[in-house]
Amino acid sequence: MMDKYSLLHKIGIYASLALFILFMLLPFVEMFVASLRPITHLFSRPELEVGETMGFVDFMSRFWSDTMSFQAYRDMWVTVPQLPRYIFNSVFIASAVTLLSMCFIIPAAYAYARFNFRGKTTSLTLFLAVNMFSGAVLLIPLYKLLRSYGLLNTYWAMIIPGVAFLIPTGIWLLKSFLEKIPYELEEAAFVDGASRLYTLRRVILPLAVPGLIVVGVAMFIGAYAQQFLFAITFNQDRDYMPLPAGIFEFVGYQTVLWNEMMAASLVGILPVLLIFLFMQKHLISGLTSGAVKE
Amino acid sequence: MSSLIQMLKPKTKSQTTTMFAWALIAPAAMVMFWIVLWPLYETFRLSFTNSNLGTLMGGADFIGWENYEKAIGGRKFPSIVTRTFYWMFLSVGFKMILGLIGATLLASNIRGRGLMRALVMPPWIVPIAIGCFGWLWLYNGHFGLLSNFAEMVGITNGPFSFLAYKQSAFYSAVVTDVWIGTPMVTLFFLAAMQGVPKDLYEAAYVDGASRWYRFRRITLPQIMPTIVSMALLSAIWTFNSFEIIWILTEGGPRGATTTLIIDTFKTAIFSYKFGAGATRAVLVVLILGVFSVIYLTVLGRLSKKYGYGGVQK
Repeated sequence: MMDKYSLLHKIGIYASLALFILFMLLPFVEMFVASLRPITHLFSRPELEVGETMGFVDFMSRFWSDTMSFQAYRDMWVTVPQLPRYIFNSVFIASAVTLLSMCFIIPAAYAYARFNFRGKTTSLTLFLAVNMFSGAVLLIPLYKLLRSYGLLNTYWAMIIPGVAFLIPTGIWLLKSFLEKIPYELEEAAFVDGASRLYTLRRVILPLAVPGLIVVGVAMFIGAYAQQFLFAITFNQDRDYMPLPAGIFEFVGYQTVLWNEMMAASLVGILPVLLIFLFMQKHLISGLTSGAVKE
Repeated sequence: MSSLIQMLKPKTKSQTTTMFAWALIAPAAMVMFWIVLWPLYETFRLSFTNSNLGTLMGGADFIGWENYEKAIGGRKFPSIVTRTFYWMFLSVGFKMILGLIGATLLASNIRGRGLMRALVMPPWIVPIAIGCFGWLWLYNGHFGLLSNFAEMVGITNGPFSFLAYKQSAFYSAVVTDVWIGTPMVTLFFLAAMQGVPKDLYEAAYVDGASRWYRFRRITLPQIMPTIVSMALLSAIWTFNSFEIIWILTEGGPRGATTTLIIDTFKTAIFSYKFGAGATRAVLVVLILGVFSVIYLTVLGRLSKKYGYGGVQK
């Protein structure tokens, strides 16, 4: 009853939603259209005489023409031969960051979810405070630090800061998952004489698998997204460059090969987009669980 | 030695728990110490030196407050700070408004809701840098969609390069930042709205309250904790926002989009003035510190008042 809408209402809702989604997807649509157009067509304004203004048909011709093809998706591998390497680097760095950060996140989140101990609130607050800093303010000392270990221009230069800046969020997310596992299960294990570590490994972790997957996926998406800044400051070696930094190679040539750049960008976001598609429901409910009152 | 061991040995159950808990946290804490805390201290130290490329690994001179005097007394500094705050308020304001509108729409009981919810998400999950490449092309003067569209509708007479003029470049960067930040805000508002007890709405509905009235008097107060905490978090992230501006304009044209973070990066990494760059970083940290204190205090209040868990990235 309450949720019934009149026809006018419905049209209004759909129209507003369409506008909202258009804003969110516009760059991707435009990237796709640009990737289909040959570079000569991309750089020609609709055939206009000087002084003539653009009409609707001229405007629409940017979205559809006979010259459109998937050629850019073939050519981009030739223009930037390193492209497969960049994509591999991106996925590799993100996976390494995810795995490593989980090693730090799991024990800490378990401690915060299960025990009451001295310094709990303070240390948790300090962890969260790390989220307030972006890597940008710590670049100079981090550069120094990585240089003194000889880690500049290696994968580590992007992995180490990546891990550090994801740990606080990860602890927070996983903690709220672990808190939902009933404590009685652990008590039962204790009563049977299991050690704490054994309980963590054999009782808690198996039950926490859904939560671990959601947190892991969130970490992967975060790690995939944050590569740009660390990559352009800590790494000059093209062999280790992740995709967001590598894509700039399309700019370095005489003209910017926009169509190939857009094609490469779209291919580059495919991994996260696919993961998101499959995980969408769990991911959204997992990430927002803190926003809902219990 | 044996007395030391005796001292370290847990005496009660709660002490065992504390020690075990800390042992579990220690690895994560050590990473934080190594990659965040120590570099933070180093930034403070460097900000009082004239460190540059030659003296990065040692040998820089201690020069007291000179960097600070130069940075704060600099001709451009007041405008950079004003711009940073203007950038932040504008962008966060739009994110909150759009987020509220989007969440309300997505919360309505219509068909295809799940699909639409998923369609709103891409700007959030796609790497910021790559999303910005798309915007770079959208803003292109001769061939970009926006310029072409404006010309077709008759707003402009010819090509208009959004990123080439001071004003338009700044607002274009704001639009892109709003684009990137809105999905997450929308999602959290939506989750909060769905957590509002349904009987509240039903009771109001029975009493004849209009939809707008129910939104104003039930939804808004009920999700206020989420709104406040998202606003503060967004403020912090927008303040820190680097990639968007850097890819779109590199802080230009003629400094029109240079915020504190961009200024820090330019000074430190592009001009190799590490000392002066560190000074700017410290100023950023101080401002963020104030935000963080506000954020954590508010969060503490909210959790006392509403039993609220908080929001994380």
